[in-house]
Amino acid sequence: MSETVSKTGRWIDWANPTRFLSFAGIILPWLGALTLIVLAIGLWMSMQAPDDYQQGATVKIMFIHVPFAWLSMMCYSIMTIAALGTLVWRHPLADVSARAAAPIGAVFTALALITGSLWGKPMWGTWWVWDARLTSVFVLFLMYLGIIALTRAMDDPAKSAKATAILTLVGFINIPIIKFSVDWWNTLHQPASVLRMGGSTIDGSLLRPLLVMAIGFTLLFFTLHMMAMRNEIRRRRIVSMRRVAARNADRRPSQ
Amino acid sequence: MSNHAGFIIAAYGVSLIALAVLICWILIDQRLQNRALQELESRGVRRRSDSKGAQS
Repeated sequence: MSETVSKTGRWIDWANPTRFLSFAGIILPWLGALTLIVLAIGLWMSMQAPDDYQQGATVKIMFIHVPFAWLSMMCYSIMTIAALGTLVWRHPLADVSARAAAPIGAVFTALALITGSLWGKPMWGTWWVWDARLTSVFVLFLMYLGIIALTRAMDDPAKSAKATAILTLVGFINIPIIKFSVDWWNTLHQPASVLRMGGSTIDGSLLRPLLVMAIGFTLLFFTLHMMAMRNEIRRRRIVSMRRVAARNADRRPSQ
Repeated sequence: MSNHAGFIIAAYGVSLIALAVLICWILIDQRLQNRALQELESRGVRRRSDSKGAQS
């Protein structure tokens, strides 16, 4: 029993906000530099990539559209793990992580929708159709907006943390729906072609730049998420420090 | 295929602008929080956890 407590204690100790701030301070410059290098290589490879035999040059949109769509789902999955962290372990960083991730996820989801629309017009002949894949991603975007609104609806993050975590968990049902929508229903959107049984159906000349871009944007996500988490921790510190200052001022009204 | 160049440029352009706005927003937020934190520290305000310890 005591060992369990001390183990948990150590684990929580390792991930306390102060340790996180010093860890982020060390790792962020390196992570930022690595992001820039990988994205630069990815962009260069994308420009060098040949045109698709059917889609022509518009296949270039794939190099940003697919990573954005992957990240929109990965970000939500991270927020779901954070929601479990809030509800089960009541970890102090879990709510910070979820709150910091939501706007970044919303931007990536919006970009997946916009770049998809700009790809759909020349290839499908339409900007938008209300089919399963497109609609479920649009619902994901609305979920992000709802979560952002909820995290900012209450002044005290301790109050909004639980409600946000429950909403995030409920919304997670949408992630497998998005992933399998192209298999379950007839949609205009093509089925999975990279992560599928039997290997990728994309030629190496197009797959390599796509993977480098995906790694680059994933690194960008983690860099931005860590920066936003650091901001959020400091914002909460400022609130608690202002509270202490106000209490001290109350005690000494003459000063 | 040149008639599709507009779609490609628009997709990359929108992505660049949106990500730039996101990065700027996070950096501005960082600046605001740092400034507020420094201002409070210069007034001698400490967090509860700091005042308990030997933090100077």
